[in-house]
Amino acid sequence: MSPTATDRAPGAALDVRSITKRYGDTPAVDAVSLDIRAGEFVTLLGASGSGKTTLLRIIAGFADADEGSLLVDGQELRSVPVHRRDIGMVFQNYALFPHLNVEQNVAYPLRMRGMRGPERRRRVAEALEAVHLPTFGRRRITELSGGQQQRVALARAIVSRPRLLLMDEPLGALDRNLRDALQLEISRLSRELGLTVVNVTHDQEEALTMSDRIALLDRGRLVQFATPDDLYHRPVDDTAAAFVGESNLFRGSVRDDGTLDGADGVVFSPPSLVDGSAVGSGRVAVMVRPSLVRITAVGSAPEAHSRVDGRVSGIVYAGDSRKIIVTTASGTELIAREDAARPLDVSVEQPVTLHWDARSSIVTRLAAGSAGATAPAPETRRTARA
Amino acid sequence: MGRVLTNQGGGRRWWISVGLLGLLFVLLALVVPLAVVVQRSLDAGFDNFADALASASFIRSLGNTAVLAVGVTLCSAVIGYPYAYAMARSGRVVSRILLTALMLSFWTSLLVRSYAWQVILNDTGLVNEALQFLGVIDEPLQLIRTPAATLIGMTHILVPFTILAIFAQLRGISPDLAIAARGLGATRTRAFWSVTFPLSLPGLAAGSLLVFVLTLGYYVTPQLLGGAGNPVIGQSIVEQTNALLNTGVGSAMAVILLLIVVVILGVAARFLGLGRVLGLATERSDR
Repeated sequence: MSPTATDRAPGAALDVRSITKRYGDTPAVDAVSLDIRAGEFVTLLGASGSGKTTLLRIIAGFADADEGSLLVDGQELRSVPVHRRDIGMVFQNYALFPHLNVEQNVAYPLRMRGMRGPERRRRVAEALEAVHLPTFGRRRITELSGGQQQRVALARAIVSRPRLLLMDEPLGALDRNLRDALQLEISRLSRELGLTVVNVTHDQEEALTMSDRIALLDRGRLVQFATPDDLYHRPVDDTAAAFVGESNLFRGSVRDDGTLDGADGVVFSPPSLVDGSAVGSGRVAVMVRPSLVRITAVGSAPEAHSRVDGRVSGIVYAGDSRKIIVTTASGTELIAREDAARPLDVSVEQPVTLHWDARSSIVTRLAAGSAGATAPAPETRRTARA
Repeated sequence: MGRVLTNQGGGRRWWISVGLLGLLFVLLALVVPLAVVVQRSLDAGFDNFADALASASFIRSLGNTAVLAVGVTLCSAVIGYPYAYAMARSGRVVSRILLTALMLSFWTSLLVRSYAWQVILNDTGLVNEALQFLGVIDEPLQLIRTPAATLIGMTHILVPFTILAIFAQLRGISPDLAIAARGLGATRTRAFWSVTFPLSLPGLAAGSLLVFVLTLGYYVTPQLLGGAGNPVIGQSIVEQTNALLNTGVGSAMAVILLLIVVVILGVAARFLGLGRVLGLATERSDR
């Protein structure tokens, strides 16, 4: 889409300021603030009920917030009706218009903005070229595959060169290979066009792949707004640690001897939280990634390592890696992940010790109202895709 | 599908035999009487047809019927579309209320509904009494025995067909499409006219066609509300058969009506697709 690179309208900065939306007494979005820079690709990540879709609907204008403000390049957006917000949108299940062909679908936003004639045709052709469907203009929507429909939806969303591109689970309906390919393509396109993108997904892998920054939401609250790297390596609390990536998570308070109280006698050493402050005497969460956990015979773990005992309860191959599932005395399942190419030296039912370099532990605060604040049991979280 | 697994052969045979019963019924109840009518219409060669077409009153009733059918179709569309839209797009409670009201009207005998309109539109009916009470008029208005009365009554009786056809079509259109249109720069009004309305047209067409064709054959309601002044085809046929005892000519008129209906359905099937004409629109239009 190089011909347009010079005359494109660059994306706007979006300042979300303490946006709150209540349904009855429960806040669906609870005082969420995000400073999204012009040209930034931001993903709202969270489980269902986290408020991510509600927040997107508020930004799009389909719902109004109860409190807070939305500033686009410093201008309040909340009082602007949907059709004048100058947004482009990619919808879940595409929402392509079945009575219009590809060209007419892509032309729709331009038609609504009163653009006609050769200029409109040129812009439609450019948009179709940008999504690699230059010859598909006359096709009917029903003749397209899922991936092609997704591309048409994307072309339709960018054709008017909107100040904001909003995407609601844009890849949810596609199979994995197609999704991977389109993730990269959407990232490329948004950067080439300088679009400011707000994307919504429940798929952390998609969020990590595509985003400049991720806003992790949980029950309406903003947990963390950070780069993928920060979110993965420096989660602010146990909610973030549990949600992003595969993790072994222990919650408890630290005893004088450096072990974690109430968590199968986990020995751990780091005296400071991930943000550098002292652990103190409060309750904390200790998280370690399965790929950093090693497995050995009972009693033979290095003295300096953090460790926990258990019994192998399962061995699962997942492509190039292998998951060893270990159940501790209290029944918690932990995971060690190792290279599948290495010879297997444990068997099911074998008692083992899991150990890891103390520096691999990530120690975070407990989120207010998180499950761990009441139940001190450690927890293993596995991602949907191994 | 494996024959062994599903025992489809036996199941199919069973359905075919049940279907044959239905076929037998259709043959006896429809085809046989129809054959009798056709045979009678031809009992004097084509003379009955010549007489029918030479009859000024029959030609006039054809015109009356066409005007009535167009009127009822248009009124049903104008009244029915917003009703169907409200039914398809409002919340569960409102939608249920609208559907219940519609079905109550639909299930009430057409005779009862025609008489009800007679009571309302009579010289001493509700409308005239009310207008006189309010002092708007001194003498009762001529409401009953006018084409307008027939139009009102027929629209009331047939509008459920339009509503249900449009409703079925609208239900198949995802509300997300209109929302998407707004997200892409359309006002609510433009989103409706550029997306929802064009997608609902097959339903509107099917409902309208149904109402148009049904109107052509109505007799009772025009007789009760319109009187004898502006007879429709049905009234012409009854007059020939019952009053003038000209069963041959009456049958010829009935056959002419049948041919008109067949031609209309044929043309509609050609341009709208037979399935839609029969209200069997199975292709969902939102995917």
